[in-house]
Amino acid sequence: MLLYFVFVLGIGFALKRFMKTSKDFFQAGRALPAWICGLAFISANLGAQEVIGMGASGAKYGIATSHFYWIGAIPAMIFVGIFMMPFYYGSKARSVPEFLRLRFDEKTRALNACSFAVMTVFSSGISMYAMARLIQTLHVFDYLFLSAGLPLGWIFHLSIILSAIIVLGYIFLGGLTSAIYNEVLQFFLIIAGFLPLVIIGLRNVGGWSGLKASLPQAYTHSWQGMTHANTNPLGVEVFGLAMGLGFVLSFGYWCTDFLVIQTAMATDSEENARRVPLIAAIPKMFFPFLVILPGLLAIAATTPHPVTVQRTDASGAIVRETTIPTQAEAEGQGLVPAKTNPLSGKIMLDASGKPLLDYDLAIPSMLLHYFPTGILGLGLTALLASFMSGMAGNVTAFNTVWTYDLYQSYIKKGATDAHYLAMGRWATVGGILLSMATAYAASGFNNIMDTLQLVFSFVNAPLFATFLLGMFWKRTTGNGAFTGLISGTVAAILHHGLTLPIEAHPGIHGGWIAVLHHYPSDMAQNFWTAIWAFGTNFVVTIIVSMFGKPRAESELVGLVYSLTPKPEMGHLPWWKRPEALAVLLIVMVVGLNVIFR
Amino acid sequence: MNLDLRIPMGLMFTLVGLILSVFGFMTSGDPMYMKSGGLNANLDWGIVLLIFGGTMFLLGRVGQKKAMSAPSKPAEPGTVRRGH
Repeated sequence: MLLYFVFVLGIGFALKRFMKTSKDFFQAGRALPAWICGLAFISANLGAQEVIGMGASGAKYGIATSHFYWIGAIPAMIFVGIFMMPFYYGSKARSVPEFLRLRFDEKTRALNACSFAVMTVFSSGISMYAMARLIQTLHVFDYLFLSAGLPLGWIFHLSIILSAIIVLGYIFLGGLTSAIYNEVLQFFLIIAGFLPLVIIGLRNVGGWSGLKASLPQAYTHSWQGMTHANTNPLGVEVFGLAMGLGFVLSFGYWCTDFLVIQTAMATDSEENARRVPLIAAIPKMFFPFLVILPGLLAIAATTPHPVTVQRTDASGAIVRETTIPTQAEAEGQGLVPAKTNPLSGKIMLDASGKPLLDYDLAIPSMLLHYFPTGILGLGLTALLASFMSGMAGNVTAFNTVWTYDLYQSYIKKGATDAHYLAMGRWATVGGILLSMATAYAASGFNNIMDTLQLVFSFVNAPLFATFLLGMFWKRTTGNGAFTGLISGTVAAILHHGLTLPIEAHPGIHGGWIAVLHHYPSDMAQNFWTAIWAFGTNFVVTIIVSMFGKPRAESELVGLVYSLTPKPEMGHLPWWKRPEALAVLLIVMVVGLNVIFR
Repeated sequence: MNLDLRIPMGLMFTLVGLILSVFGFMTSGDPMYMKSGGLNANLDWGIVLLIFGGTMFLLGRVGQKKAMSAPSKPAEPGTVRRGH
């Protein structure tokens, strides 16, 4: 583990001498090879939510969780690569908010830049908090601390400070290049740590057929019962799944989030920028086997092993509740422990009196259960790497948006390049300090994290409609985009306030205005909130744009599809063109869905 | 970029692989391998990582030499995509 940290910081130092201009720092000089950026593209997204959350959903819902990949990511990644990347890369915008300014106007950009900057800081704080909490819960460093005579409570502080220093160190020194290189390193480390877990786990339950035999049928078939919400574990029907997750949410994330887009924009040519999301889609497609399968294996394992327990939120997305592990639990299922109340230390029961399972511990307890000393260190390092790659992506996205879209545009215009480079470095420090503050706020107030996540989802849900209309309809106006965005967010808030998943109480889960409709699961509610937000934004933007005066077509070249010359790929043999790769990807993803139907 | 990531990455995985496999070799037959189903996970996975790290390192060296001998022509980007 120490070795890994040394290498991480070493890369930062090695790259420091190349960081001469702000372009080097914020955009990696636009000179990185496509395969590196492609791996960083998924690694930036491979944060805490991915590894812990997907393992948790795997344990909870079974292989149907793979819909988050095969429907909820791959099509959007293909779309952003083929259709949207030429605009991002070709428009010479340095960030996503800057693209909004070029296409629409200042206010749309300011709105997006502010909400994005706030979100990145909070998300990286959430990552930090979750990591520190996990380290504490797993008791892996207890021995070290006891032998050094330090109180155990310091583990939490030390984890936060150490992770902050490491991430700060390599970004401060090497900027986006360093962050991207480290994301690639983390990507391989995560594979190196989790692949043996899957292999050993599978061996233990007797291979894929053994796994199938020890689980209910719905766990190993992703499409069974999808025609109606009540007959599948996700509680979502096909339309909600395809439209809400497959279209609105996933396209909104993969196509507009600067966190991932920035890695593609760091490549050396438009061609390669288009290839980045497509290259990323190949490993992404097989990630379910790495992060969801351990969840399934944890449930299928036989021994109810005594493990430590931790409380989490209802959707199982991110570890964020206060827990002091109390007693070992034999009440769980397989290797997934039962949830305990963090205050009383008692096992939490559901309405029918059965113990609730703490799915977020599925992967960590798998690691502790199957790995002997030695490789266990590798596995835990992989887990930490996943937290850090999520944090680093957020921090680099923050320092770019802050420096280019807020500082340079509204606070200090026309300073020297060296000034902005220094600003970027200090923005990194500031961003990390704010993240630490968030992490501590999270440990003080349990509900802050749930509330923040909810607010983010309101802001993000309508975004894609704005980009879609902006890029493919030349009449869209700045006023239309701005009002559309705001009304989409309002629609999301209203929808959330008026509906409630069954088995939930009005409050943070919805229904705080009045309950007009019940959804079969909170996932269905999420998807439909997104659909409403997207729809409202789409309609409002069109209506307002119809009343406004569109911008002159000459100003929109390179920003709108119909007015931009198609990217020239004629010099490449057909099998090297991004489109060929896209077709291959579609065939593969359909194949996977057929195999695991 | 002047730093080929494959070199430091290859080095790191080679080292990790070396440590794991040596540790695994020394502890072979230890009862702690009951955990991983009788498999000496350290030795086996250490060797896999050693091979992976070594390949990465060599590929990086070859790529660097190529780039040095022909500085005007950057190495073909798509060629090393699936280098492992």
